[in-house]
Amino acid sequence: MRRWLAVYAAAFFAFLHLPVITLAAFSFNRSRFTVWEGFSLDWYRAIARDPELMEGTWNSIAIALAASAISTAVGTGCAYGLWKRSSRVLTGSLYLSLVTPEIVMGISLLALFQWSFRWLHWQLGMHTVVLAHVAFSTAYVVIVVAARLRTVSPALEEAAMDLGATEWQAFRHVTLPALVPGIVAAALLALTVSFDDYVITSMVAGVDSQTLPMVIYAMARRGASPVINAISALITVFFGILILLSERVREP
Amino acid sequence: MAPILQLRSLVKEYPGHRALDDVSLSIDAGSFFSLLGPSGCGKTTTLRLIAGFEQPTAGEVLLNGEVVNHRQPYQRNVSTVFQSYALFPHLNARQNIEFGLRRRRATEIARRVRDVIELVSLAGKEDRRPAQLSGGERQRVALARSMVLEPDVLLLDEPLAALDPKLRQQMRLELKALQRRVGIAFLLVTHDQEEALSMSDRLAVMNAGRIEQTGSPEEVYLRPGTRFVAGFLGAVNWIDGIGVRPEATRIARAGGSGTHASRPAVVTGSVFLGDCVQVLASLASGEQAVAQVSRELAVFQPGDPVELYWHPADEITFPA
Amino acid sequence: MTLRRWFLLPAWVWAAGLFAAPLAIVLAYSLLTRGVYGGLAAPWTMENYRRLFDPLYGFILLRSLAMAAASTVLSLVLAFPAALFISRSGRRRNLYLQLVILPFWTSFLVRTYAWLFLLRDTGLVNTLLARLHLIREPLPLLYNDGAVLLGLVYGYLPFMVLPIYATLERLDPALVEAAADLGARPWATLWRVVVPLAAPGIRAGSVLVFIPCLGAYLTPDLLGGGRTVMVGNLVQNQFTTARDWPFGAAVSVVLMAIVTALVLLFLRREGDHLV
Repeated sequence: MRRWLAVYAAAFFAFLHLPVITLAAFSFNRSRFTVWEGFSLDWYRAIARDPELMEGTWNSIAIALAASAISTAVGTGCAYGLWKRSSRVLTGSLYLSLVTPEIVMGISLLALFQWSFRWLHWQLGMHTVVLAHVAFSTAYVVIVVAARLRTVSPALEEAAMDLGATEWQAFRHVTLPALVPGIVAAALLALTVSFDDYVITSMVAGVDSQTLPMVIYAMARRGASPVINAISALITVFFGILILLSERVREP
Repeated sequence: MAPILQLRSLVKEYPGHRALDDVSLSIDAGSFFSLLGPSGCGKTTTLRLIAGFEQPTAGEVLLNGEVVNHRQPYQRNVSTVFQSYALFPHLNARQNIEFGLRRRRATEIARRVRDVIELVSLAGKEDRRPAQLSGGERQRVALARSMVLEPDVLLLDEPLAALDPKLRQQMRLELKALQRRVGIAFLLVTHDQEEALSMSDRLAVMNAGRIEQTGSPEEVYLRPGTRFVAGFLGAVNWIDGIGVRPEATRIARAGGSGTHASRPAVVTGSVFLGDCVQVLASLASGEQAVAQVSRELAVFQPGDPVELYWHPADEITFPA
Repeated sequence: MTLRRWFLLPAWVWAAGLFAAPLAIVLAYSLLTRGVYGGLAAPWTMENYRRLFDPLYGFILLRSLAMAAASTVLSLVLAFPAALFISRSGRRRNLYLQLVILPFWTSFLVRTYAWLFLLRDTGLVNTLLARLHLIREPLPLLYNDGAVLLGLVYGYLPFMVLPIYATLERLDPALVEAAADLGARPWATLWRVVVPLAAPGIRAGSVLVFIPCLGAYLTPDLLGGGRTVMVGNLVQNQFTTARDWPFGAAVSVVLMAIVTALVLLFLRREGDHLV
């Protein structure tokens, strides 16, 4: 049986990874057809020449940085607060936000924003996207930081306070240093999740705040193009770097 | 009568370490045999080779006269009672016990299960899951589960180790009685010499992958073949190269030993054990000795000059 | 105010403002009527919920449930042997785990698009089959339920592998030995001992796959080409093209209710030991 399992496992991993590998491989194909006609970087050059793609990329980066900064701060604070004493309502909300279908989250945020436009003179734009991203990524941050907190003994802060530290000092000098790898990992996760989001972003983005996934999606619906292969390969490499960084931080 | 289990020159090697080195033994059908030794001596490895969970590097395992080296565990008519009992948590006691019978598609499963439950005194508890049973009850389920298959040999891996001391004493008697009743050969692995001595018809003492001695409990205790066996089976006083067990060591005021072998010594202290007293003495050579005597005879104070004496028949010596 | 309260304040703002409030607004909208130009109008009504019983929409809901169920079963069948393999792989265990987790870190959009690339009429699969002279005309592999199913299974497969692996890894190896010792051949041991004891992991994985599949939007839209309409597509459609926000809100509320019910059921069974 062991041999069959190994054969199956090989096929399984191939199934899991070949589609993206093939996609990336054909980004170097000279022609736009799925017949290999020679190596070329044309499609990559085409990315730089496409204003929509470039704008989408910058928007995505800006939004991801802003959103992950906010959600990391909010999420870390939340994880720490819950670690000291739990709150069923808050924990329940976090979990619920994780299982909420993306489309439901998207339309509910859209509804919120539209409703708020009656009072605040806003439009859908970069800021609404950032808020939306904070909305769905906070729970991820809490989970990662909370997992890290489980390895910290509460007795440490108590010892610090016993030695004269205030609550804040205990946090700042005892718990926070231990948390840093977890916070960084959470931030990287928030970055990834934000950068990759399509469904929620598409509901709350304005005309001037098209993100990269939105641009790619529109291109894909128009018909496949090797430019998408190329940008996909770049995204995959980018995410790969993020995960490597995350692993390095977690296990220095 | 042909032995039901034979091990011929078994060798088991792991990278960098030889766990078993030329182990041979022979167990008769229906007998109670123990493998005794300190942890790491290879007794559990031997058990695993017999059960079929591992293959020997060299040598043969014979069941009922047939070489079974390459047979899978489910093809061998031996059954193992694991140290942790390994009861299936998702099945209740009855289902655990039935498990092997069902795999064989045996007949009369209900009757056989009922009979074995009676045998191990688990009646009324068969619908409970392992988590709802006490340690002793779980052990009975493990025993029943294996015995109901009527194996040629029942392998028991330190079955009493997880029980508390009082229960352990009681279980020794029960296990022995059980074995007598069912007539299946039991092979018990333990590091507890009292267990091995009290339950076995024959036993083998193992050390560092080798068998040091095989024999009846009396033989092994009273006439140990090596220093290791002597020391492992019980305490020994080594006096001038001769060994004498504390319970065979008598003590008297200087000059009062008569015709027995004796040595002069000085009392250094005593330990009260409740049913007897251990008197500690120091010999002229510097060796220490312990005499185990009844309370009435323990009237010595530290510093008293005494004679330690013993019957020559109680001497433990090894051929040159 | 204690430090803890300060730290939790932003989280409460998030919970109230970015989570509860939006959902509350959706709930309110679901009880309103569609305005003439697509907006909201006065009369409070239950009409939107009544419309859900219309066979057209009921069918969409049923189809979504069926798709989600099919995806769950299929990914279970595919994931179990893989999880089993990894749990028995000894020293290489971490490597294989990384290989399973890696897709998590690849863009979901990219992974879904990869199947678009492979299955199109001029995609790699058809090109290869034509080259091998196995087909004369391209097979319509895309824009149907099968493609969506494939995309869903592919997308959420790691969610099924990991919980099952976690349960299998905790399985006492003595139990497998005991089964063999008692006469069970490898298949019997698998079905009678390993699978039953993997049940908690199977349940967790099933929930983790079923729920996202039920509310899926991207996969059916991209790989189903508008022909495979699931609940997620319906909701999106109501909020954009059809401009019937109240109805879209009602569908969302129902979807959310189903998801919440499933999670509560699961938690009650397993007990909370997640964070």
